[in-house]
Amino acid sequence: MNFTPAGYSLLPVLPEIVLAVGAMALLMVGAFRGERSTFLVMTLAIALLIVTGVVQCWLPAGKLTTFGGSFIVDGYARFLKIVVLVGSAATLLISYGVMSERPRRIFEYAILILVSTVGMMLLVSAGDLIMLYLGLELMSLSLYVMAASHRDEVKSTEAGLKYFVLGALASGMMLYGMSLIYGFTGTVSFEGIAAAAKSGGTGLMFGIVFLLVGLCFKVSAVPFHMWTPDVYEGAPTPITAFFSSSPKVAAFAVFVRVLLTAFPNLVPEWQQIVVFVAIASMAVGSFGAIGQRNIKRMMAYSSIGHMGFALVGLAPGTPEGVQGVVLYLVIYTVMTFGVFTLILAMQRDGRAMEQISDFAGLSRSHPVLAFLTAMLLFSLAGIPPLAGFFAKFYVFMAAIKAGMFALAVIGVLLSVVGAFYYLNVIKVMYVDEEAGATDAVRVELGTVVVVSALFNMLFFVYPGPLVGAATAAAKSLF
Amino acid sequence: MMTWPILSVITFLPAVGALLIWLMARGGDEAAARNARWIALWTTLITFAISLILVARFDPTQAGFQFVEEGRWLTATNAYKMGVDGISLPFVILTTALLPLCIIASWKSVTRRVAAYMMAFLILESLMVGTFAALDLLLFYVFFEGGLIPMFLIIGVWGGPRRVYATFKFFLYTLLGSVLMLLAIMALYWNAGTTDIPTLMTTAVPRNLQTWAWLAFFASFAVKMPMWPVHTWLPDAHVEAPTAGSVILAAILLKMGGYGFLRFSLPMFPLASHDFAPLVFTLSAIAIVYTSLVALMQEDMKKLIAYSSVAHMGFVTMGIFAGTMQGVAGGVFQMVSHGLVSGALFLCVGVVYDRMHTREIAAYGGVVNRMPLYAFVFLVFTMANVGLPGTSGFVGEFLTLIGTFKVSIPTAFFATLGVILSAAYALWLYRKIVFGALVKPSLATIKDLTLREVVTLAPLLVLTILFGFYPKPLLDFSAASVQQLVTNYSHAITAMKAAALMQ
Repeated sequence: MNFTPAGYSLLPVLPEIVLAVGAMALLMVGAFRGERSTFLVMTLAIALLIVTGVVQCWLPAGKLTTFGGSFIVDGYARFLKIVVLVGSAATLLISYGVMSERPRRIFEYAILILVSTVGMMLLVSAGDLIMLYLGLELMSLSLYVMAASHRDEVKSTEAGLKYFVLGALASGMMLYGMSLIYGFTGTVSFEGIAAAAKSGGTGLMFGIVFLLVGLCFKVSAVPFHMWTPDVYEGAPTPITAFFSSSPKVAAFAVFVRVLLTAFPNLVPEWQQIVVFVAIASMAVGSFGAIGQRNIKRMMAYSSIGHMGFALVGLAPGTPEGVQGVVLYLVIYTVMTFGVFTLILAMQRDGRAMEQISDFAGLSRSHPVLAFLTAMLLFSLAGIPPLAGFFAKFYVFMAAIKAGMFALAVIGVLLSVVGAFYYLNVIKVMYVDEEAGATDAVRVELGTVVVVSALFNMLFFVYPGPLVGAATAAAKSLF
Repeated sequence: MMTWPILSVITFLPAVGALLIWLMARGGDEAAARNARWIALWTTLITFAISLILVARFDPTQAGFQFVEEGRWLTATNAYKMGVDGISLPFVILTTALLPLCIIASWKSVTRRVAAYMMAFLILESLMVGTFAALDLLLFYVFFEGGLIPMFLIIGVWGGPRRVYATFKFFLYTLLGSVLMLLAIMALYWNAGTTDIPTLMTTAVPRNLQTWAWLAFFASFAVKMPMWPVHTWLPDAHVEAPTAGSVILAAILLKMGGYGFLRFSLPMFPLASHDFAPLVFTLSAIAIVYTSLVALMQEDMKKLIAYSSVAHMGFVTMGIFAGTMQGVAGGVFQMVSHGLVSGALFLCVGVVYDRMHTREIAAYGGVVNRMPLYAFVFLVFTMANVGLPGTSGFVGEFLTLIGTFKVSIPTAFFATLGVILSAAYALWLYRKIVFGALVKPSLATIKDLTLREVVTLAPLLVLTILFGFYPKPLLDFSAASVQQLVTNYSHAITAMKAAALMQ
């Protein structure tokens, strides 16, 4: 290992330091000024995330590493960190409404989002198993608390507890897997593992399997998806939107990185696992969502299915595949965020509308909002010319190039099944009789819905920059 | 020669019109609805006028693509590329010509959410023109599939009582076929390194890939066409769609399937097309005979015409896969002719539906006594549907039959049976509705065609008869492109047979 001082430069990790120190400072502000500082803390937190993003962009170009190679800043990490930061900032933005309710006003909310964002950024940059685990736990522990942040509500508390217990179990399994990998390769750094693991072996395979169990849990891939519907339903809606965006991106980022940089010589071994998980996730996501009455539960299954589609891009283990995954994560984040924001924005007599039937006749009371939501749902279903189509296009393109025809055919057929439940929501909004008037939509929520829907609708007009950035990000892993 | 991107203008002008409606026809009041109607009408008329420039400037002696535009899109290998040749231009014109008629036909019959309705039609027009003009396979797919969104809403929001069932069936059926085509598009991309259609047409595709890609494209186009046995979405969609929706569906959306066979299956996978021609012949012959028989049993006017559409599309697929000059040219002609005739027939149904609010055949009878003009117009289109000489329907059916006779006599034999059967159901429908004594009290006050309805039907009537007596302009238009297609196809087949002999 490299123990020269140059190996411990703090420059690459500067954005994380800024964010972590800023979060501590904001914690002090909140602790000394009390609950009335909630909005101040939230606004400052958004500013802090922006500053972090600027610092991130300001970092010198090229591949930077520090802490003896355990922390890597390459094109891949840079790109996904920006996605994560945007997701976190958007979560704070849509949380103002929830925080304006007196008993729910807790300033720690913003701090928790910041801390989990630090965890995600570490995760995206992880270069060894230790950093992976630290990032994952830093992220997850904050998420557990956030799921339960409506502490006077049974569902929210239940969601937090369930998430915590199952998450802890998954973390335990992952640690076990890491210890096996360490035992059989003698190192924790991804590069070292790649050099040591030239061929598979039963012990190492067990290690990989257990590691994947933990990662599948975090990205809610089948068969470790059980927590998703309950947690999505129980958690406060802005937090649900958060769960389905930034943490998914970060966990998926490390999923891709660990498989491709630590086990590039074992592609056939882990490929079969990824293929199975992808197909199972797409199937459970598509069929499971059909029967749901609660829109948050439906979106949970949708999220499971989409993770399956993203895994289709990972399965070939090629640069095209990673490009597809990166693009998929960005587009999926925007789409799902838009839908959750709409769910949050729609209230009837001060109560959240969470049943799908509550949205009946929305096209009459809110024509523009309903249209934008319909476009988001069509996009989630993968219908061109919306962005969701291009997301699916690139992952399947990679699978076809790698000759994984069976996976691709099963995938697209399941996407047709999946289209059914999105169409059903559109039908409810456009065809069914109006269910009653809704409250006024908060401006910032409406804006988020409009921005995400416009992104989806206009992506095809000028896709070049994003596609190019994703290509560059993917190349830096190989 | 070209100074401005005429094809892009035609493609995206309707979308701009939709945006205008959104900006200017706000609110749900009558004034907003009126604005929306006029904006939609003017947009479609201007689009049509511009598309006539295409006709004037088009050089029918050239087989290749004209008015080609190219720009950067996703990456260098998935470009934005548009262009038309003699096969696609007729469909572009058909689309732009029918849209104003659809708007006029919906003038009075659509009263709910008029602005949204007009926007959906304009967006649909953009996507349909784009489908026919795209010269990049991915771009084609985007337009082709994108059309599902407005059509889903048109049927789902403004349709009849079972509209939800019909629109879901339409959407999911079509999507299911198309996603398989998407995978084949990707496979072709990795084979040739581009999705540029002219390049792909000249790129050799390995035999094995040809077979699979042909099947995948077939899955999409056969559903869209629709061919028996995947036609069952069509009667439901037709019955539930509003009149103008049915017109678009029958006249243009169905043609995308046939266009796809001509543009992709035959030129890109000639060997697979040759191998699978017997399958297509069988399905076409079954479609022609079986759906004609089914049409005989219908009680709903729209359903009857829907089944007759399936039968007529059987002639098209049969002619295309015969691979002969007459067959392919007849296929193109038959598609255009069917676009005019079936569109007009659905408009005719719309006329009486707007008055009586029923499409039950049994609810009518003897309307000739009150509606002589309607009876005349309906008669012409019924005869064109039957394929009477002197109407455009005859030319298309005749050419496809001749073309098929050279290749497969049994197919042509069974298809000819369909001509007789089509006379049976069409005349039966006409007699039930128009002739007989006017005994039903509800019909006693029914009014003849209004000026607005005459305006929608007259152009179609003129063209149907014009092309029936003088099909030359339309046939000449596509002759060079069809000739090239057929020559390349037969060369590929001959080369394969020669190679087989060498071994």
